[in-house]
Parts: sequence; structure tokens; C-alpha cells
Amino acid sequence: MDSKEITTQISKAAEFLNVKKWDYGASFSNDYSVQVDKGDAKQLKASQKQVLTIRVWNESNLVGITTTSDISESGIKKALNQANIASDFGNKNESTEFSPLAKDPIKVKEFKKKNPVGIKKLLMLLREAEVKLLKSHESIKSVPYNGLSESFFERVYANSDGAFRSFTKSQAALYLYARAEEKNKKPRSSGSVKLGYGVDDIDIESCIKEASNKTISHLNYSPIKTEKYLICFSPEAFLTIINAFSSMFNARSILDGVSLSNKNSIGEKLSTEALNIFDDGLHEKNISSSPFDGEGTPTKRLCLINKGKIKNFIHSESTARIFKTIPTGHAGLGSKVSVSPDWIVVEKSTGDYDLKKSLNHLNYDGEFVYIEELNAIHAGVRASQGSFSLPFDGWLYKKGTKISIESATVAGDIKYLLKNIVNIESNQEVTTSGVSPHIWVDQLSITGDA
Amino acid sequence: MLTSQIKSNEIEFGSCNKDLLEEIIFYGIGLGADFIEIFIENTDNASVLAEEDYITSVSPSFGRGAGIRIFKDKRDGFVSTNDLSKHGLMRSVSQAIEMLDITDKRNREVFNGLNKHRDYSLSKKTWINEVPSIHEISAKLLVSTKSLKKNNKIITRKGSYSRNLQEVIIASSDGTYASDIRLHQTVGLNVIASDAQYRSNGSRRFGSSGMPNEFRYWDHEKAANDVFESSMNMLYADYVDAGQMPVVLANKFGGVIFHEACGHLLETTQIERGTTPFENKLNEKIAHESVTAIDEGISEGSFGSLSVDDEGMEPEKSVLIKDGILKKFISDRAGELRTGHKRTGSGRRQNYSFAAASRMRNTYIAKGEYSKEDLISSINDGLYCKSMGGGSVGATGQFNFAVEEGYLIKNGKLTKPVKGATLIGEAKEVMPKISMCGNDLELAPGFCGSISGSVNVTVGQPHIKVDSITVGGR
Repeated sequence: MDSKEITTQISKAAEFLNVKKWDYGASFSNDYSVQVDKGDAKQLKASQKQVLTIRVWNESNLVGITTTSDISESGIKKALNQANIASDFGNKNESTEFSPLAKDPIKVKEFKKKNPVGIKKLLMLLREAEVKLLKSHESIKSVPYNGLSESFFERVYANSDGAFRSFTKSQAALYLYARAEEKNKKPRSSGSVKLGYGVDDIDIESCIKEASNKTISHLNYSPIKTEKYLICFSPEAFLTIINAFSSMFNARSILDGVSLSNKNSIGEKLSTEALNIFDDGLHEKNISSSPFDGEGTPTKRLCLINKGKIKNFIHSESTARIFKTIPTGHAGLGSKVSVSPDWIVVEKSTGDYDLKKSLNHLNYDGEFVYIEELNAIHAGVRASQGSFSLPFDGWLYKKGTKISIESATVAGDIKYLLKNIVNIESNQEVTTSGVSPHIWVDQLSITGDA
Repeated sequence: MLTSQIKSNEIEFGSCNKDLLEEIIFYGIGLGADFIEIFIENTDNASVLAEEDYITSVSPSFGRGAGIRIFKDKRDGFVSTNDLSKHGLMRSVSQAIEMLDITDKRNREVFNGLNKHRDYSLSKKTWINEVPSIHEISAKLLVSTKSLKKNNKIITRKGSYSRNLQEVIIASSDGTYASDIRLHQTVGLNVIASDAQYRSNGSRRFGSSGMPNEFRYWDHEKAANDVFESSMNMLYADYVDAGQMPVVLANKFGGVIFHEACGHLLETTQIERGTTPFENKLNEKIAHESVTAIDEGISEGSFGSLSVDDEGMEPEKSVLIKDGILKKFISDRAGELRTGHKRTGSGRRQNYSFAAASRMRNTYIAKGEYSKEDLISSINDGLYCKSMGGGSVGATGQFNFAVEEGYLIKNGKLTKPVKGATLIGEAKEVMPKISMCGNDLELAPGFCGSISGSVNVTVGQPHIKVDSITVGGR
């Protein structure tokens, strides 16, 4: 059943149940992936998935919802009926409506349509990549986590008011995570991920090189003393932290009382005037971009922090109405609509600010800790309290030389971190989760084993 | 006549599907598969969220799908689909065969048809009518969130409930033919307390499997008191000073340290990847002699219990470590094929779209001889971890997990609460340092995310003492 037929079926079933107001979101996907183990195919996967979420409004304008993978005529009728029953329990304290922007034009990024390359080619490419990575250094003994995948999917949003929008897309991903071992030393592990619209877009050689270089660079390690350090966050690490505390910009989190911000925080100074942060789901480098959100609102670029001050929050339809603004294209589709960022872009604002410009990760010869990658975010972040304590991969730099840190955590408070940014490097780097330059922060606590 | 024809061409839950399943398996074997497994699932789930004094979300969902796995030599191909028609399942088999590039039509094993149906669902078909209604759940959640309103420092109150009812059919070319109904219910309470610049969280989760009435007996008052007390104790807590120190980990969810630090490394998937330091340590000492550790799927009502695993095997009680000696790995079908470790009834998956993998069930350290007070009084300067948050283990065995509620130990006594602690270490180094086990074993439900998705598990232990561990703080 295609998306037009689904809309017709829902429309018919709604009429039968006397449901006058409804909307739905659906996704259909075909995914293919391979994993290898020392030259042999390990697991080859293919999946066909379909998910339909229907919302209905009852006569009291309360919303009910149901999600199903059964997109048959009977499945759709059952889902609509269950959603109708669930609407008796709709949230009486906060109403939900259609997004006022659900019929506005959307910007769909243009890219060349990709066709599946097929499992055999995926397998061949991954085998070659694994062999090259294993040969790249004698201490790399295995690539325990690896995968090459391609996905083809369609997303749809429609409502009883005549809104209908859909888009189709493809995406491919390669990850290589190597493990190196040397005698009388602990094993070390690191990796790389690359995304593309299709397998042919993925720079496999750079993924191999990056995984190899990162893994090898941690072979000579040393414990670090527990104390406060000058820190340089890699673009990836800084984006990880910002995403982990994105509830600061999230109107849903503010209303739920789990954000560090409140309704009056617009204009609050969080950081140096040199810091700008945007959410830009349609950024040209964002492979995972979607032109509309779960409620059909178009995706757009939104400034979250301007010159160190909170500029905007991200919204769904209902939070926007409460805050007397418009939805921003960050909503999910649920009984209680979630709100989340798309693609964070961090940049240095224009102007001459009081930054320590001598701090550059490529040539600064003083002592500092370089945090390459933060781990275990789900365990070590307390977003509602603002605190974090996270293990990381990184190096201690001293007088121009660097040594990998054996095992350590960095701990602190997000507001303290943002206030103590002492430099924002000029060059931005694209990662899989956004864009950011290297960011320097003074006086963060590191716990080590030395 | 027409009806029976339609039925024979589509999987029907609650009916005999033997002929159709055999036809599909014969089809795959005929194309050269060594082994075929068909996992079919029908789900009926619901979740309810209460915030402050309102029900803010009721989310029912239902669905069906199939996962087909084919082995040729030690390789496997897995295809999942929502299409449960004969045509759809045959197409999935063909796709898996094609992916594996099978040209040799000789099979390692022959298929002699399915064995007698093992139907574990017979006594469970009424569960869906016995579980509490949305009305009943909503009413109890609202009473629960109301009882969290104990003073004006509590700024956020939440109660959540979820029910997962999963009906499964498992058939494979070794003759396995089983069906089951699984029911999991969880209920959780969360608060945020705030006073000026101070903030704290309190949360507890309760869960059961196969007990439709359990939610009705849940003591929400006791749970609310516990959550409130925890958040108040931590509200003005100082940050812990980082360093190496002895710790006492509380029972119940304190067992997450064993789950993360050691349990994952005893799954055969880790042997397959070469990422466990315990690979060649069978019958060798890997932990302190006070440690005996068990993984089982048979404790009645426990969150990780199963009548049959997702590969059609009844779960066993596996003694993983006996008096510090490694005795067994947690194994599934692929694990047995690729590592030689016998299956333990631990082949598990989140749903039909994942291939089963060796996963923990109810995993715990057995009780010892000491009281909690014995453990605490043995420490001059250390940390008592009363409530643990989540954790993870990396590719080199390094683990970390957050302490939600911690207290300093000074001169053998509990003193002030501290926050922001993270326990960091490596399994190989920490297991020999568990020097004392208490006599108060208790289990706690949780969710474990790994290669085959998120599965229900139980963690557990008595109070235990770790002689020295790195505590991350400020």
C-alpha cells in the first residue's frame, strides 16, 4: 500500500468511526548491511520495515494515538479505532493542534538518486576495507566492530486538513573500529564512521586511515594525575556535550521542568560573546536531513545562541503556542510530542573578543588535555542538574609532545564549561553529528589513575 | 474451503502453522541452507505517563513481523519483514540465500520436519484480559504522583507504566517448533527536587514478567517514599572528590557493576569478536574466591525470565563463576557454532527485526556471609554507592557507571551524601578486588541494550565490597 492509498484508507476508516480530525506519520524502509570477521562474511542483514502512527482528535479535542507495523486495511482500521479509544485519556492540561506550518512549502535538498549496490558489493567493499585496516599497522589485530550499510526510505506526513508531504531518501554508513594489542600493554581501540547518500559517496580510504591513525596513536599511553587542566575539545567531543545538554534550548524540557533554562531565559548570557550555536537540519553536509518534522513543520536553520546569549528555543506545535511563537521543525509525532535538535553548528561569531588566540591545538606548546571523544554519555550526563562525569579518549600535551591518556574521566558543569570557554578556533570541522571548531575550556576536573 | 486456503497462505497466531512453516523451511533447505530459523512475532503494547496531576500520554502500539535467519557454514544471513504471507516469507528466504551467495546445494544437516509443537502459551492466553486496563493504570499512576508531592522542593513528579505483550512462534530446521506468550510490565517513579542552586533527582523502577496482576499489588506509597527520601538526601550533597578508594555497592541494582564489567564479557558474541579478556580463561581464577556469579532465566516473575528463549531453547541456570573460577560462557546458537560453547538458552532479541544473540537474563552475584554493616565497618575512608545509574563497557573491557546516590564512609561509618561519582575500571582488574559479599541478595529489573537490541534483564547482588576502584568526581 503506498502513501496515497494509506491516506485514502485512513480517511475512509475515520469517516466510518465518525472521527473528523486526524493526522498520521509513516515511514517505509529497506535496509541492507554486512559485517565481516577476518576476511569472512559474518552477518548479512536485510530488512523491510513499515511504521504508521495515527493521531485522532475526539469531540472534546483530546488526542489519542496508536502506532503499528500492520499497514493492511484491517491494521489501519484497528489503529484508528485504538487511537480513538486512547483519545479518552488525552492530555486535558495541554492541547495539541495541527502545525500551522504543515502546508508551508518545504525545501528538499537535491541529491543524485541512489540505487542499492547490493549485499555482494557491500561485502566486497567491507572485506577490502578490513584487510587494509589490518595491514595498516602490525599491532592492529582485529576490527571487532565493523559494518557497511545502505538504507532506502520514505517518510510521509498527512492530515485531515489536506496537508500531505513526503520525501524519499537513501543513506549509507561505514564504521570501522579497530583493536590494537602490543605485548605487556593493555589493548587499545578506536574507530571511524563515515556517512553518504550512497555507498559510492563514502570515502572508504579516509575511514580506514582515520581508524588506523586514531588506534595507533593511543598505543603508547600513560596514566594522568587527578587535577584541573586546560582542555581542548575536538569538534566531535564539543558537539557531544552540546547535544547532551540540548535540553537548555528545548521548550518541551523547559515546560517539563527538566531543563536548566526557563521560559524567561531568552537573552540569558551563557558564554563568551564569541560563541554562536545554530541548529541547521538542512545543512548541506547533514546526510540525515529531513525537510519536515513529525508534525509536518518545515525544517529550518535556527539560532540557539547568539554572541553567547540564548536566542531561541526549539519547539513543537504545542510548545510554540504556549510560548506564543511558531513551531521550529523539531517535533516528533507522539501522544506527548517530543522535541529534539537536528544538526548543531557551532561557530565563532564575528568581532574582536577577549579570546586566548594563541591556543591552537596544532601548535600550542603549553600543557593541555586534548579530548578526542567522549564516551558513555547515557551514564555520565545529568542534563536536568547540568553536571557530567564522562570517560574520554584523549592525550596529554606537554611542550609539544603528546601521550595518550590511559583511562580518565572529565567532570564538570555545563554552565561552568560554557562560561569558561577561553578560545574558539577559526576552522570548523564537519562531523557525523554537526559542525564545530576546536573549543578550549580552562580548569576542568580530570580524574586519572596516576 | 476458501477460508482454509487463505489461512494456509498466511501465518495465523493461535492456529497451527506447522504445514506452512515446514514448507518454508523445506524451501530454504532445498536452496542449500545448512540451517533455517523462523521467528514470528505479534505484539500488543501500551504505555502511560502521568506528570504532576495529569495523564499526559497514553500510547498503544501493535505490530507483527518475522525474522528469518539462514546459516551456511559459519556465516549467517538475516532478513526481517512485516509480510507474514507465504509469499513474503518465501521471498525473505530467497533473499537470505542470495545474500549468502549459496551455490553449493548440499546441506550439513537434513530437515525431517518439525517436532511436536511445544506450546508454552497455553496457560497465558488470558493474560491480555487480566492485565490492568488503561483506566486502572491511569488512576494508580495519578495516586502515585500525588504521593510524591511531599514538600515544595519537589518541582517535577512523574509516574510511568509500560506493558509489552509478545506472542512468538519459533521454528527451525533442527525440528524446533515452539510458541509462547511473554508479558513484561514496568512502572517507574521520578522526581526532581530543587532549592535555589541545588538540584537532585530521585528515581526507581519496578518490573515483572509473566504476572498480569503484579501492577495491582505494587506498593506505590513505599516506592514514593523511597524516591522522595533519595532526592532529599542528595539535594544539598557536595561533589565527591575523585580518586582511588574502597567502595561498598548496595544490593539490587548495584549488580549493574557485574552486568557491565563482567557479564557482557562472558557472552559468546564477545569471544567471536575477540574483545573479552576471559576468552581462554575457562576453569581459571578470574575473580576473588568470595565471588560466585549466576545467569539464569528461570526465577518466577523476574524481569529476565523466559519459558523459552528466542531460538526455541528452554533457559538453564548457568553458574558462570564458582568461587572465583570461570565455569561457563553465555551462549546462543551462533555462539555455539562459532566458539564451541554449548547453548545456554540465552538467544535473545528485542524483536523480529534483530537476529538473536547471546544475552544475559537474570544475572547476579550469589550471597555471601557478611552483613551490610560488616562491609561498611571494614572501611576507613571510602564510598557507599546506595543507588546506581546506567553504565557501559567499551571494546577493551573498560567500564564505567554513574552513582545516583552515594555516601562517604569515614572510620567505618556512613557520613555525608555525595554526588557526581562515576566508577571506572576494567573487569579483569576489578573482579579480583570484590573481597566481601553480603548475605542480602536482591534483584532489580532493567533494560540492556546490545547487539540484538534492548532486552529485559535482571541485575542483582548482595552488598559487596570492592577493595579499590577509581572514582571519577571533581
